[in-house]
Amino acid sequence: MKIKKHIAISDSGFIFNPDTGESYSANPIGLEVLEMLKEGLDYKTISNKILAQYNSDSDTVEKDFYDFIHMLHQYNLIDKDDE
Amino acid sequence: MMNKQITIAVTGLNAIDSPGPGIPVIRGLKEAKAFDARIIGLSYETLEPGLYMHDLVDKSYQIPYPSTGTAVLLDRIKYIHSREQIDVIIPNFDAELMPFMKLRNELNTLGIRTFLPTEEQYTEREKYNLPEFGKKYGFHVPDSEAVHDIGKLQKVLRDYDFPVVIKGKFYDAGIAHNKEQAVSLYHKISAKWGLPVIVQEFIKGTEFNVTGLGDGKGNTISAVPMRKQYITDKGKAWGGISISDKNMLDLTDKFLSQTKWKGGFELELMKDKDDKFHILEINPRIPAWVYLAVGVGQNIPEALVKLALGLDIKPFADYAVGKMFIRYSWDMIVDLEEFQQISTYGEL
Repeated sequence: MKIKKHIAISDSGFIFNPDTGESYSANPIGLEVLEMLKEGLDYKTISNKILAQYNSDSDTVEKDFYDFIHMLHQYNLIDKDDE
Repeated sequence: MMNKQITIAVTGLNAIDSPGPGIPVIRGLKEAKAFDARIIGLSYETLEPGLYMHDLVDKSYQIPYPSTGTAVLLDRIKYIHSREQIDVIIPNFDAELMPFMKLRNELNTLGIRTFLPTEEQYTEREKYNLPEFGKKYGFHVPDSEAVHDIGKLQKVLRDYDFPVVIKGKFYDAGIAHNKEQAVSLYHKISAKWGLPVIVQEFIKGTEFNVTGLGDGKGNTISAVPMRKQYITDKGKAWGGISISDKNMLDLTDKFLSQTKWKGGFELELMKDKDDKFHILEINPRIPAWVYLAVGVGQNIPEALVKLALGLDIKPFADYAVGKMFIRYSWDMIVDLEEFQQISTYGEL
């Protein structure tokens, strides 16, 4: 899955969709995940990076990751072709 | 180098909570690069704030209401022209467009230019003609019907599922969730704006707007889409952001190339759950949020004046996406003498 190409994400976690004018705020971990998604990394790689950096377990990371992806879908921020 | 001074008469000076487009149009004109604008304000009421904004409006005159007829309006314009030598008039209210369109030739003879849609273009986009308009040009539009009396309203409501939108001919709209609400809105709107009142299918979705300028030959001179971010209780945008949806720009190009629209306009669009755009309204004039277009690089008022004067003009190629406008109110302190002057003499 990939974040839509033209979605603007600032260093502060502010996300702007220029198609719709909608904007959102991501927390620091959300921002890290978004950047990794933008780079085209897959779930496995993202999960490993998060686990290496934060004190969490793989079940929690998996649940939070897919919750987050669900939200990105809802907000129409993920390319439909990459669903 | 000094620019040429152009005298431009502008209506819609009511910069109130449901503002007319005059003041933002004037701000665009004052920022024009191709000419220096001298602004003649044309007002209907003595408390239109623009009358007292002397940094924007150089001189003001009251004009008669559109309902008094074109002869009276022409007499008044002739008088103002004899004093001010107007080069261009930009009317900014839906209700006054028809009289100014009818006077196009007379004004032209006087040396006053306009850049307005044709009477046919104006009429075919009227709210009650929208279904035919959609069919003719291939646009999704909500079902609409004009209603002139309560009997017809009751009959029409049988063909629609609630909620429905009840709209005034020129302004005002409300959503009715049942027959009683529809009747109440019909009375309220018809008392204020006259007949017909329009019953329109309710389309659920997200509202977007596009303002722009057509050259009358099918070309898009300007198009800027916007999403309202903050809406007042009257449904007016108090804040908005420029966006870049290609489908909306394509739809605008299609509207202009098919209709050969001449002049400024605003498309009110609804994007439904299937990402399909429906045209809810086509406003035949520049909207009050036009200063956002100026701010993102497309000075529509300046371009309109250049077209009216037959000057060379190139379509705008780009605009800044993600720029916002935030409207605010401002109390001016005005001397009674000024109010007395406009009230007594009809000029200020």
